[in-house]
Amino acid sequence: MTKIVEVKNLNFSYGAFEVLKDVNFSIENGDYVGLGGYNGSGKTTLVKIILGLISPNSGDISVLGKDLKKFKQWSRIGYLPQNVSLFNPIFPATVYEVVSLGLISKKKFPRRITKADEKTVDEALQELEILDLKDKMISDLSGGQQQRVFLARALVNDPELLILDEPSNALDAKTRNNFFNLLNRLNKKKGMTIILITHDIGHIGEHANKLLYLEKSVVFFGKLSEFCHSEKMEGVFGHESQHLICHQH
Amino acid sequence: MNISFLEFISYSFVQRAFISGIFVGVLCSILGLFLVLRKLSLIGDGLSHVSFGAIAMGLFFGLYPIYFAIPVVILSSIFIVKLTHKAKIYGDTAIGVVSSVGLAGGVLLASISHGFNVSLLSYLFGNILAISTSETYLSIALSLFVLVTVYLLYYELFSVTFNEEQANVTGIKSDKINLLLVILTAITVVLSIRVVGIMLVSSFFILPAVTALQISNGFKSAIFVSALVAIVSVISGICASFYLDLPAGASIVIVNFIIFLFSFLWRKGM
Repeated sequence: MTKIVEVKNLNFSYGAFEVLKDVNFSIENGDYVGLGGYNGSGKTTLVKIILGLISPNSGDISVLGKDLKKFKQWSRIGYLPQNVSLFNPIFPATVYEVVSLGLISKKKFPRRITKADEKTVDEALQELEILDLKDKMISDLSGGQQQRVFLARALVNDPELLILDEPSNALDAKTRNNFFNLLNRLNKKKGMTIILITHDIGHIGEHANKLLYLEKSVVFFGKLSEFCHSEKMEGVFGHESQHLICHQH
Repeated sequence: MNISFLEFISYSFVQRAFISGIFVGVLCSILGLFLVLRKLSLIGDGLSHVSFGAIAMGLFFGLYPIYFAIPVVILSSIFIVKLTHKAKIYGDTAIGVVSSVGLAGGVLLASISHGFNVSLLSYLFGNILAISTSETYLSIALSLFVLVTVYLLYYELFSVTFNEEQANVTGIKSDKINLLLVILTAITVVLSIRVVGIMLVSSFFILPAVTALQISNGFKSAIFVSALVAIVSVISGICASFYLDLPAGASIVIVNFIIFLFSFLWRKGM
């Protein structure tokens, strides 16, 4: 299997505060990885390092087969950040304009959006069933609708790797189900590799096929079936937590 | 005044005022939109204070003040960005530090020299109707340079303004775009001083942008509305100043504010 993300001996600290310590794992093509851990366990920091937003203190990272330091094909990665609604509420952008921003990663200077790109944006909006919102102002939408707009932006390039940071926070139960069904479809039908950060370990058991559990270092990384049958993990998590994850699986 | 509009616009000083005013107004209004949305509206105010010091320095050394001010204000804008990152202080604080030093420097030089206080005061309020031909050419050249740069880097500026983190994930170097934005702003501030004066420069950046935010229905539409408001304000302001014998810079600002007021009331459905 092709390695989509490979992390070796990764260390990161904010000043004297150690956030990640000797982190090692590799994610393969088509994996759906649930990235779990307590608040402050380093999940978001790890993802920001993989996305090149933060530089690690030490360690080697390769993304889609390339050393992260030399990686430039950002259109192959889709990213849905935490708290997407925290953009400037007076920003005068339409849904179309926001989603089309996702396309500029594969453009060369001077970057321009073409008629063909408009069709691509329409398809992304259609996939998320929000084509009717195309000309609406992003600030006029509900939290759930905004979430789908930002997911459309992350998906507009048809990425090979999709990274989502706590995506279900702003969603009601029905929208959340549709959202996770869509992720399952992208993973199973398109073979898209997904990294889903969540502190809700029940979600991981329900949707992912692998678990990466972080507490500064990797506590567990592997298939959920391995996790569920691991006595060592039962010792770490306790019977109830392990059961909660595995029951959903 | 008792002359027709056609006669009025046939004067070369009026033509120069319209051309410089429209170019600089459009420039300020477009950059202003990016600055307002990035909560950097007061950088125009801060850099205009730095211009005061730079113009005083130019007069002190017997150099043409505007030409001297351009590199000084550009360097100050870069210093603001570096100070924000390196000294770990907020952007508005860095603007406050640099602008107060610029203003204090200008006051000290004016006090030491005793000779150019009148010239310096003329820069405080500007006089668009006294713009020279060479200043008009400079306004056109630098305005075109800034406008072409904004056109070529439109999506980079839009993306970084909307969400810096997401812009970085699409491969845009947001720190470089931020630096470029403040350098373009620095050039524009110096250009605006002859039109509107140091005291009122920031209004040229802020008012058309906030008017556009009231009535636009998209980002491109906001840029278009902001530029249109600036053009209408400049033309109306210059006409009002000529016919009513009022200061031009202040007239343009008041027209800008009236348009903002109407747009605000229109949005509220009144």
